[in-house]
Amino acid sequence: MSAEIPEAASAEEQKEMEDKVTSPEKAEEAKLKARYPHLGQKPGGSDFLRKRLQKGQKYFDSGDYNMAKAKMKNKQLPAAAPDKTEVTGDHIPTPQDLPQRKPSLVASKLAG
Amino acid sequence: MARRAGGGNDIQWCFSQVKGAVDDDVAEADIISTVEFNHSGELLATGDKGGRVVIFQQEQENKIQSHSRGEYNVYSTFQSHEPEFDYLKSLEIEEKINKIRWLPQKNAAQFLLSTNDKTIKLWKISERDKRPEGYNLKEEDGRYRDPTTVTTLRVPVFRPMDLMVEASPRRIFANAHTYHINSISINSDYETYLSADDLRINLWHLEITDRSFNIVDIKPANMEELTEVITAAEFHPNSCNTFVYSSSKGTIRLCDMRASALCDRHSKLFEEPEDPSNRSFFSEIISSISDVKFSHSGRYMMTRDYLSVKIWDLNMENRPVETYQVHEYLRSKLCSLYENDCIFDKFECCWNGSDSVVMTGSYNNFFRMFDRNTKRDITLEASRENNKPRTVLKPRKVCASGKRKKDEISVDSLDFNKKILHTAWHPKENIIAVATTNNLYIFQDKVN
Repeated sequence: MSAEIPEAASAEEQKEMEDKVTSPEKAEEAKLKARYPHLGQKPGGSDFLRKRLQKGQKYFDSGDYNMAKAKMKNKQLPAAAPDKTEVTGDHIPTPQDLPQRKPSLVASKLAG
Repeated sequence: MARRAGGGNDIQWCFSQVKGAVDDDVAEADIISTVEFNHSGELLATGDKGGRVVIFQQEQENKIQSHSRGEYNVYSTFQSHEPEFDYLKSLEIEEKINKIRWLPQKNAAQFLLSTNDKTIKLWKISERDKRPEGYNLKEEDGRYRDPTTVTTLRVPVFRPMDLMVEASPRRIFANAHTYHINSISINSDYETYLSADDLRINLWHLEITDRSFNIVDIKPANMEELTEVITAAEFHPNSCNTFVYSSSKGTIRLCDMRASALCDRHSKLFEEPEDPSNRSFFSEIISSISDVKFSHSGRYMMTRDYLSVKIWDLNMENRPVETYQVHEYLRSKLCSLYENDCIFDKFECCWNGSDSVVMTGSYNNFFRMFDRNTKRDITLEASRENNKPRTVLKPRKVCASGKRKKDEISVDSLDFNKKILHTAWHPKENIIAVATTNNLYIFQDKVN
C-alpha cells in the first residue's frame, strides 16, 4: 500500500513534465500568464463575449458635453489625445472625436 | 461533359482570374467580407466592408476554344448597406456586408439577401435589354412634346438597347436584432429564411418585413451569467423544419421547428468530448466554431474552429466522423495569436458540389483542401506571383520546426495579416473563388 504512494507522486510529476513538453498549448498558456498575471480567472468566457456584444459602442453624451461646455466657459474641454482611437468615459468626447461615417461614394475596386 | 469527380489532389488547380486593386495600401472599405456563388454557379457575389456588393457573371463557354471555362466578368455592382448611427443606444452600425445568400431563380430576375449587423435586404437584380421608343407625347430624351404639335399618332415599340443590369431593394427586414447578425440562411421551402445574431435566431417570411418570429433565444436573464453566444446558423438543405446553430463553446445544436415554437431545447447536441487534462486558457477560444455548413446531401455538416475542420454525421452526436487539421503548427503560437487578436479570426469553410472535398482558408494567403475519400490534403497560395492563366498552382508547405526544406516556409515567416477567411466552391464545377483581404481570386481545374 505505502509503496504505491511514492509511485503515484512520481507519476504525477512525470505527467506534469510531460505536459510541459508535449502540450504546446499549455506552454503557450504559461507564457501568456507570465506576461499578463492579472488575466481573467475564467478562461475564454464572459470577458470576450461581452466585448463582442458591445462592438460598435460609441460614447457621446450630448448632455454631458453641453454641461461641461457651460461650466468651463473659457477653458478648453478635456479633449481626447490625438492618438486615442477609443472614446472612453475619462474625457468628454467632442463631435470632432467621433469619426464621421459616410457611405462609400467610390465604386468597389473589384468592379474596376 | 465528363469532369473528373476528383479529389483535391487529383485536380490540378490553375490560376484563372484575379479581381481588385494591385497596390498594397488597402482601403478599409475594400476589405472583402463575403463571397457566394448562386445556385447555378453562373453568378458570383462579393460583399465588402464598405457595404458594396459586386456580382460577377460567367461568360458562356466558347465551345470551340474549350481550354478554359468561361471567365467571370462584372455583371452588377451596388451599394447595399450604408453606415448608420443608433442614437438611442449610442451604437455605430457598420455597413459591412456580413453575408450574402442567393435565392434559387424563379424567373428572369435574380434575387439575393444581403445583411450587415442589423438589417437584411432582399435585392432584385434584373436585366433590361429593350426600351420603348416612339411615344406620342414624349421626345426620345424624355421632354414632353407640346400636344398641339402632334399631327399623327403612332404605336410605341420596344427596340433593343445595350444590356443594363439594375439592382433594386425589394424588401428591407429591419429592427429585429438587438445583437450583431452573423448568419442568414434561406429555407428549402424558398419562402422563409432565418437570421441569427449572437443570442437570438429569427424566422422571416420573404414577403413580410414587419414581423419575424423568434425561434431561438439564449439570452440569460442575468447577463453576468452569459457563457456562450451563437456563432453561425443554417437551415438543412432538404428538411424545411430543421436548422442548426453553432456556439462559441464548440457545440452545435440541431433544432426541429415542429417540436415547438421556441426552439430553445435542441433536438440534437453535437459536441466532441474534451480531455480535461488538456484544457488551457485557450481551449474555449480555439474551440469556438466560426462557420457551420451542411453538405449538399444533407447527411453531414462541417464546422470550422480555429485550428481544424470537422465533419459530423447528423446521426452521431458524440463526436465528428472526420477531423482535418488546418494549421496545427499554430498551436505553439497561441500566445502571440492571442495578443494580436488573430486567435479571434473567423474562418469559413465550404464543400465542393459532390461533397467529396472541403476547403478552408488560413494565413499567408494560403488555403487548404481536404479530400474526404483519398484523405489527402493540399495547401495552395493565392498570390499575384502565379497569375498567368492556366498556370498550375504549386502546393505549399509550412515547416513547423526544425530544418526548413527548400520551398518550405517557416511558421515565423507567415504573414498573419494575409488571411483567407472567405472561400466559395462552384456548385457544379471545379471552380473556386478565394478572397484575400481585398482581392478575389478565381481558380479552376486544368482542362486538357
